[in-house]
Amino acid sequence: MKHITYRELPGRSGYYGLLGALALVVLMGFGAFLFMEHHGHYVTGMNNQVVWGTPHVFAVFLIVAASGVLNMASIGSVFGKSMYKPLGRMAGLLAITLLMGGLTVLVLDLGHPDRLIVAMTHYNFKSIFAWNIFLYTGFMAIVAVYLWSMMERRMNPYSKPMGFLAFVWRLMLTTGTGSIFGFLVARQGYDAAVMAPMFIAMSFSFGLAIFLLVLRAMEGGFGWELGGMALKRYKNLLGVFIAATLYFVALMHLTNLYATEHHGVEAFILMNGGIYTFLFWVGFVLVGSLLPLGLLYHPATGGSRTWIVVASVLVLVGALALVYVIIIGGQAYPLVLFPGMEVSSSFNDGVVNSYAPSLPEVVLGVGGIALALALAMVAMRVLRFIPETMSDEAMQQYLEASKH
Amino acid sequence: MNETSEHTDLNRREFLTRSAATAGVALAPGVMLYSVAQARPADEPVSSAVRWGLLIDSNKCASGCSDCVSACERENGWGTGSTDETHSDATQKAQWIRKVEVKNTETGHAFTLPMMCQHCENPPCADVCPTGASFRRDDGIVLVDKHICIGCRYCMMACPYKARSFVHETLTDQKPYAPRGKGTVEACTLCVHRVDAGDSPACVEACTAENHNAMLFGDLNDPESPIAKTVATYATTQIRADLNLNPGVRYQGI
Amino acid sequence: MTCFANLKRSLTVLATVALLGASAPGGAADSGIPMPSFMEPQGTQCVEDTDFMRRNHMEVILDHRDKTMHEGIRTKKHSLKECINCHAADYQGDEKAREQHFCVSCHQYTAAQPDCFQCHSLKPEQPGAAR
Ligand code: SF4
Ligand code: SF4
Repeated sequence: MKHITYRELPGRSGYYGLLGALALVVLMGFGAFLFMEHHGHYVTGMNNQVVWGTPHVFAVFLIVAASGVLNMASIGSVFGKSMYKPLGRMAGLLAITLLMGGLTVLVLDLGHPDRLIVAMTHYNFKSIFAWNIFLYTGFMAIVAVYLWSMMERRMNPYSKPMGFLAFVWRLMLTTGTGSIFGFLVARQGYDAAVMAPMFIAMSFSFGLAIFLLVLRAMEGGFGWELGGMALKRYKNLLGVFIAATLYFVALMHLTNLYATEHHGVEAFILMNGGIYTFLFWVGFVLVGSLLPLGLLYHPATGGSRTWIVVASVLVLVGALALVYVIIIGGQAYPLVLFPGMEVSSSFNDGVVNSYAPSLPEVVLGVGGIALALALAMVAMRVLRFIPETMSDEAMQQYLEASKH
Repeated sequence: MNETSEHTDLNRREFLTRSAATAGVALAPGVMLYSVAQARPADEPVSSAVRWGLLIDSNKCASGCSDCVSACERENGWGTGSTDETHSDATQKAQWIRKVEVKNTETGHAFTLPMMCQHCENPPCADVCPTGASFRRDDGIVLVDKHICIGCRYCMMACPYKARSFVHETLTDQKPYAPRGKGTVEACTLCVHRVDAGDSPACVEACTAENHNAMLFGDLNDPESPIAKTVATYATTQIRADLNLNPGVRYQGI
Repeated sequence: MTCFANLKRSLTVLATVALLGASAPGGAADSGIPMPSFMEPQGTQCVEDTDFMRRNHMEVILDHRDKTMHEGIRTKKHSLKECINCHAADYQGDEKAREQHFCVSCHQYTAAQPDCFQCHSLKPEQPGAAR
């Protein structure tokens, strides 16, 4: 395999079965949206204290993962690692569809989704939110051109600069997403500069975990071949990313512990926050980080495809837990109006705000994930995104060839 | 104001808007409002020469009293002032103004105060709003332009005072001068419709009418106004002054 | 208040205005086209020419809305509140009476769906009420 040949997904019954199932979930998500839109947000668990809920957890998760997935392409074309090159097209595609899924959830949760045009015609350039609208649309456009440069031979020379641009853009995008929270100076739980790099680290590991699962699904479902050589690289990289995320999360909490005004919220998340403390330690640290790290590196499990899948799933469970703690835990902790004083009111001042996810919110969020996957499946069926094979043999030949 | 007929009410307002009335206005026998510095003609845009402010004296604010809150509910048609919001639970219902009880656990000193949109000079809500729906009027009143609010709630995340509410369901029982509706964010408007007509906000009027006199409304930019004089004479506090938002609502006795 | 909604609305309104215009002299009975039924306004003359208002009232109101909202200009002419005060009776929750509401009945007839009344009250200001 001197040149990589690409192909479409085969249109077997398995393909249509899976696509149908995904479409059903998307439809259910859309139904959840209609339900929420018709009644208003009182049918959700969100309220005037916890104003962003489960839809935002899913949306942020998807957006962060989208920028992370693109790394697989960048590593190949920007950093010239041949082992990753064959996957560039798929990575670019998944980056776009995951972002679409996330944005759809975000938009459908608005109080006035019908005013999307307003959001696109009225800009407040001071708002990091408005900036993000540019970052997101720009990301999709740049990655689309990047894909084109990879897929169209005449455009090939541009694939490296486009890949570089896409890589820089994705760093800005994740920084922008992190800054949505980082700029909220009024909230003790968010006001941290390290929020942006932490989101970048998170994106690396969420994105790669999703990518690994997609690759394994293609292997299992469509008889596509992924050799042990490539898989081993990817899973080791995932381990590095998990560790990096853990490091930045620890860094954020340590810097917060340094500032006295943040002690309250830190104690809340880390020690006495009930569900949030549980989700942080058990959900993110144990299940989402330490366990998969162990699975990926332990000799008994590290070589097994099944365990790599398990580890990737755990990373994603931990990812959702972490985003949940950041978004909802950060709002559950009461705003401090009078430091050191005891306050009470009819509007939940001074008490931990309650929030419980409601069914429509969860269905809407899951619908976003299904939408991202379904879009990717359709695109892979019509265009050539998948390398013919990534068996060890083929990769060996390819590596040899690219050396000369 | 209930006792005035529509006719006299109109006349009074007309008088106020036509003439640059600086004197106090007799609302009821013995109750005078010294809030109106310059009444602005209806066709003249607001100007930054005026900065509306509110001074709240916690010493005069009684624990358990919620006259200002009920007055706001009646005036703006939320809470008990409206038949709407029957589906929303207690945490989802709008609250434009609330009474907060504060206690210093070390000394035992306790006080109470009304809390509402502080009409910040540098409002974080307006900074983060993607569409510019949250904005500060030239005279310092911070409003939500519900025509372009998309209901993203980012402003609620950004407001340090929890001053804003999201409307969680369809409404039908709005007041003609206080539009509010599903899917948009709202907050204290400083009774902008009354202020534009030369009156003071409903909460202030109620507090004064009940003889508590804990709230003083007026133009902070006019050195002759009672509020500016008081602020110049006595120590007043901005809540969360560390954030440098320079709120138009100030407090005394906290 | 999106451009699309505006466009769609303008088109429907234009179509309806054409219909209304065609049928106006002879009345509804002649042309066989059903007409919206609404109560008569309280005044004798609208703030602008009736024909002009039929086509352009939304632009007029929109323009005034931004001036009121952002600049605090509260002149009565072109104010939506005054449209309601003149055109609508207080229907006091009576659904039958609500259908006679000038704005509601005509919007229904023309299949226009302005989102004004999600927030704005359909009721006129009550004389003697708190305000
Ligand atoms: S108090 Fe809150 S809502 Fe009011 S101006 Fe300040 S930030 Fe905005
Ligand atoms: S909810 Fe409305 S006012 Fe608040 S930030 Fe979003 S668009 Fe602006």
